[in-house]
Amino acid sequence: MILHELLTYETLRVIWWVLLGVLLIGFAATDGFDLGVGMLLPFAGQTDLERRIVINTIGPVWEGNQVWLILGGGAIFAAWPPLYAVSFSGFYIAMFAILAALILRPVGFKYRSKRESARWRSNWDWALFIGGFVPSLIFGVAVGNVLLGVPFRLGTDLRIYYDGGFFGLLNPFALLCGVLSVAMLAMHGAAWIVLKSSGIVAERARRFGTWAALATVLLYAAGGLALWLFVDGYRISGAVDPNGPSNPLAKSAEIAPGAWFANYAAHPWMLLAPALGFLGALGVLWSLKTGREVRTLLLSKLAIFGIISSVGLSMFPFILPSSVMPGASLTVWDASSSHLTLFIMLVCTGIFLPLIVLYTAWVYKVLWGKVEEKDITESGHAY
Amino acid sequence: MELDIVTLSRLQFALTALYHFLFVPLTLGLSILLAVMETVYVMTGRAIWRQMTKFWGTLFGINFVLGAATGIVMEFQFGMNWSYYSHYVGDIFGAPLAIEGLMAFFLEATFVGLFFFGWDKLSKVGHLLSTYAVAIGSNFSALWILIANGWMQHPVGAAFNPDTMRMEVHDFFEVVFNHVAQTRFVHTVSAGYVTASVFVLGISAWYLLKGRHIDLAKRSITVAASFGLLSAVSVVILGDEGGYLASEHQKMKLAAIEGMWETQPAPASFTLVGIPDMEERTNHFAIHIPWVMGLIGTRSLTQEIPGILELVDKAEDRIRSGIIAYDALQDYRAAPSRDAVPPESVTAFEEHGDDMGYALLLTKYVDDPREATEDQIKSAAWDTVPHVPTLFWAFRIMVGIGFVNVALMAAFVVVSARGTVARRPWLLKAAVAALILPWIAAEAGWIVAEFGRQPWSIEGVLPTVAAASSLTVPTLLFTIAGFTLLYSVLIVIEMRLMLAAIRKGPQPDHGPEAPLLPARFAAAE
Repeated sequence: MILHELLTYETLRVIWWVLLGVLLIGFAATDGFDLGVGMLLPFAGQTDLERRIVINTIGPVWEGNQVWLILGGGAIFAAWPPLYAVSFSGFYIAMFAILAALILRPVGFKYRSKRESARWRSNWDWALFIGGFVPSLIFGVAVGNVLLGVPFRLGTDLRIYYDGGFFGLLNPFALLCGVLSVAMLAMHGAAWIVLKSSGIVAERARRFGTWAALATVLLYAAGGLALWLFVDGYRISGAVDPNGPSNPLAKSAEIAPGAWFANYAAHPWMLLAPALGFLGALGVLWSLKTGREVRTLLLSKLAIFGIISSVGLSMFPFILPSSVMPGASLTVWDASSSHLTLFIMLVCTGIFLPLIVLYTAWVYKVLWGKVEEKDITESGHAY
Repeated sequence: MELDIVTLSRLQFALTALYHFLFVPLTLGLSILLAVMETVYVMTGRAIWRQMTKFWGTLFGINFVLGAATGIVMEFQFGMNWSYYSHYVGDIFGAPLAIEGLMAFFLEATFVGLFFFGWDKLSKVGHLLSTYAVAIGSNFSALWILIANGWMQHPVGAAFNPDTMRMEVHDFFEVVFNHVAQTRFVHTVSAGYVTASVFVLGISAWYLLKGRHIDLAKRSITVAASFGLLSAVSVVILGDEGGYLASEHQKMKLAAIEGMWETQPAPASFTLVGIPDMEERTNHFAIHIPWVMGLIGTRSLTQEIPGILELVDKAEDRIRSGIIAYDALQDYRAAPSRDAVPPESVTAFEEHGDDMGYALLLTKYVDDPREATEDQIKSAAWDTVPHVPTLFWAFRIMVGIGFVNVALMAAFVVVSARGTVARRPWLLKAAVAALILPWIAAEAGWIVAEFGRQPWSIEGVLPTVAAASSLTVPTLLFTIAGFTLLYSVLIVIEMRLMLAAIRKGPQPDHGPEAPLLPARFAAAE
């Protein structure tokens, strides 16, 4: 098999770096509103009926959306095995918390309304809140820690040793990123509820959405400022072969103040990403007032796109820097799968990702329209 | 048993995997039965079949949720608990997992929403297609997961790359069309179909015994028994094929399943029952059936099947050969570039590289396999023997249930065809009693497959002891306790909801008939 030589290893690595972003953004833009809706559930809905309306806005779609996360995990495993190995084992307890919270979610959706008891339902409502809030917070905290650098070392057999613990993750900068993530996904969830419901529920969501969008703008600005003032970046020192074998120990790297902003200085077009982050969130703020619901949701997606891609662009070519052994940092040039695997996975993605987008769009079209009271009371299959 | 990191990681993986597999078989099979029932509804237009689809669909939904939720845990756990494994084989093992998401799970999870919420939003054909998408998605999902698992049992199409210190794929088609994986796929999904058939059969039989929902129950039995009989036969045939392949690729697993300590002259006899003894290295009170083992394992009367003792000797040779490879690899690690590696090391690695995994077995005893003593090498060779009594009995339980299922399904096909099913209370009671059996068989099957692969995480390539993450014991105890608590609460809730839904029975379904095709197609006719 020689077909994979059509694309250089370097090109494939950059494509897979972009696809990593596509998957993370795909997850945040779709399942992100499910998480946001979970967080807003106890507040946007006050009576049982209102809460069922909130749940049923995402009832038929959350399951498909969640696959973005599963696919993200699988694709990182396939395309960036060292990243999968280091981050999942390093953030061990945090990962467990995400899993535990995510298990509550599907179970909560499905089981909550199967019993009449008010206490049963209220317990599940808070379980769903946790299922939305905890993963949103931890994902943000994780990104914050990635920007700071993670305390891992690699042996010469590339065995991974992690020097930190769970509480080390909870530093001020990472928590700021975590709160930003919560605000961003709450904004996204609110935009979705506004689109899919009416009356008092939509009204409350509009109010929470406004606050969340405002918080997103402010926290994103604060995060950028903190990154500039307090966080040192990383840079590769010496030569690196973008077509070389995937062995992180083959290069050297160092901690360098301001390095996370170097890409913007070298390639000013990259500033488009943070600009879209701000404009998207400000746009949501404005659009929520004027009532164009689809536009609000799209602007919210745009904000997510801008914010997440600004993190990736700041760090390029780093994916996971090591704070205790900078040379072991994982970068685009030395943490990927083999040339052949990247190519095969690209072919598969090229075939199936467009199909996924197509049929997902069709499903959303079938389910188009607001969830009304009668959809809950008259239907036997609503959650 | 010592509570070290590897043992605890294995315990956690076993708990979460066995738990996950409580839900998967039913999803696999019931999704197909739903597709069959709804097809009958769309073709005949008879409302009872829609009611059946909805009723079994409700039970499907309760089960599906936990299967999907616990599946995420499986997908994340390789990186969390088995990070060296993830690094070492991610280049090959990650791909089928990612393709599973792309090709199968997305399809299944996206359309499962329409299955439940789409009854009055879609035409009949539109809804039927959604149900098909769920069934196809879940079954393809199993295909890719078993391709990944099959590669762990029989790693083909890949080689170790000293530059990256990991296994890398060189022939992806070999990985996909690995005959071990394909056999395991058909065996496993068939077992899922049997599980769903027994489930539908058992609950329907209970309704008949109670004199409730007669129409629904009789029709459900007809569908489940015929589908179940085909599947139960397929499980047995493919299981036999699996045994044959094991005699080729996993000789030790096969010998342990049979409790075959000594190599017997061909054709070997089959030990029906007995009490294998790991200390004495023999079986007590064994009852043998002449010739049968030779026939199953080699499909011949002349080929020998090696016993455990002989295989341990071979493992010892491979450990010694692996140490040479490991020694040569150190020169690769020390060399500044590939060209600087001494040529004799390159040759040594080329000759002995395939045995390097065997040297890694020694990491249980020493950090550097080259420093292992003779005793340690001998112990490591004996470590290649999985726990014989567990395998011996798990296998017999699985196979015994497999044959019971064939008999049960055959009996129901006969009475169902004669229309006398309601007049056979003893058979109905047997069906209710059999409800639990497929789950026991499925769990036993995974114990045979995975416990039988020990001490390897990748057969012959990476020992389990070398595969784990560098975690701490308290951390692992915390997550094991967490998963146990969470999973216990959820299974109790699940069972209660399932039983409540069964007691409540099918709901009257007065919904308006959907058009056969969407309006725009109908207008064009």
